[in-house]
Amino acid sequence: MTESLAITKFSDLANPTRFLSLASRLLPWMGGATAIFFVVGLYLAFASEGDYQQGETVRIMYIHVPAAWLSMMCYSVMALSAIGTLVWRHPLADVSHKAAAPLGAAFTLIALITGSLWGKPMWGTWWVWDARLTSVFILFLMYLGIIALNRAMDDPSKAARVSAVLILIGFVNIPIIKFSVDWWNTLHQPASVIRMGGPTIDGEFLRPLLVMAIAYTLLFFTLHVMAIRSEIWRRRIATQRRVAARMASRES
Amino acid sequence: MTALLLRDLKLSVRAGGGALIGILFFLTVVAVIPFGVGPDLNLLSRIGPAIIWIGALLAALLGLDRLFQADRDDGSLDLLLMQEHPLVLTVLIKCLAHWLANVLPLVIASPLLGLFMNMNEVSIGAVMLTLLVGSPALAFIGAVGAAVAVSLPRGGLLVSILVLPLTIPVLIFGVSASYAAVQEPAPFLPPFLILTAITMFFAVIGPLGAALALRNGGD
Repeated sequence: MTESLAITKFSDLANPTRFLSLASRLLPWMGGATAIFFVVGLYLAFASEGDYQQGETVRIMYIHVPAAWLSMMCYSVMALSAIGTLVWRHPLADVSHKAAAPLGAAFTLIALITGSLWGKPMWGTWWVWDARLTSVFILFLMYLGIIALNRAMDDPSKAARVSAVLILIGFVNIPIIKFSVDWWNTLHQPASVIRMGGPTIDGEFLRPLLVMAIAYTLLFFTLHVMAIRSEIWRRRIATQRRVAARMASRES
Repeated sequence: MTALLLRDLKLSVRAGGGALIGILFFLTVVAVIPFGVGPDLNLLSRIGPAIIWIGALLAALLGLDRLFQADRDDGSLDLLLMQEHPLVLTVLIKCLAHWLANVLPLVIASPLLGLFMNMNEVSIGAVMLTLLVGSPALAFIGAVGAAVAVSLPRGGLLVSILVLPLTIPVLIFGVSASYAAVQEPAPFLPPFLILTAITMFFAVIGPLGAALALRNGGD
């Protein structure tokens, strides 16, 4: 019973008007929470001690690691939306994965750039072609490909369905990124936070990192809801324009 | 199904130079490399397998955008979509025909290019074997890209952009298996078996995805 209730609640959201009203109620809270977590996280990041080996550059981690996590989570969100598009024909799922693609590309770019800045003092090079870096770079290229595909088609619902197929096929890259550091010997360090047997990272670094991760996640969802909202508005305006054009041609 | 296979084979062999144009492109790509890196035979024999693999990868992408687009233009794609056979099977047959007509000639031509690259016999054999096993995966992945971009007027470039990132695992294991055959300590079999596994994996996923995209992308 509870399950079917959850499903009805979820399919209620398929109505864009209901979604818009919910979004307008939620967005200020989400934005506020994001701002608070970012302030606390950044404060902790600068107040915590530097690493005895890496010195001050360890603070790059608080920007770099959450962005890298988010780049993968965003793709997972897109894959879930793609399933929603293809299986349930959920109209908001179409909009959701279209809106998430530029966000994912942005987070991936942040992860790549900060990683490069961190790599210069630590590894002595801006870029190495090792498994983790290369697979994240491929993820970035895939985001751009999906955006390009979405732009190339005129009919939004067809573009959504076709790119959903592509998103699902491209999902094979996500496990490759996650386990690339275990499968190949690479310069990039193996997972130290989310692993079997608890994190190996010290609490001094873990606390700001987790706060920053929450802040990034909130930021992603805030931006995602905003992007969905503006996409719905854009489609409504396009429809209204079409109606107006038809009226005008009928009058003349 | 056999009729479809034969029809596709005939169409791709007879239309526009057929398989020859792919081989020619392959030849040109590989021939350009020595101008770029210099005619050092030792260096060429070292990077030879990688160059032949990349050349084959690019050449396999060539005819890809026409895979479904030609059928869509003359209306036979609608017939394929409406017939009673499962669409996945039809797509699989079309991939096989594409592979036989456009990619298999590349595999056959690769020993000649291996000679140009000053590779020894073992290395040439290894490259040919890995190409034979790995190139069907390129056709299957390419089918997804072709199906996704079927209704786009200039889909060719987009297909390449979408397909190339997904083919990287094939390239990695193909090249590493070819190197393992020559360089002593590395074992040949593990990367080769992984390459086989990738091909079989995409033989299932590729036609499924392409069929899904064709059903949804049809107008």
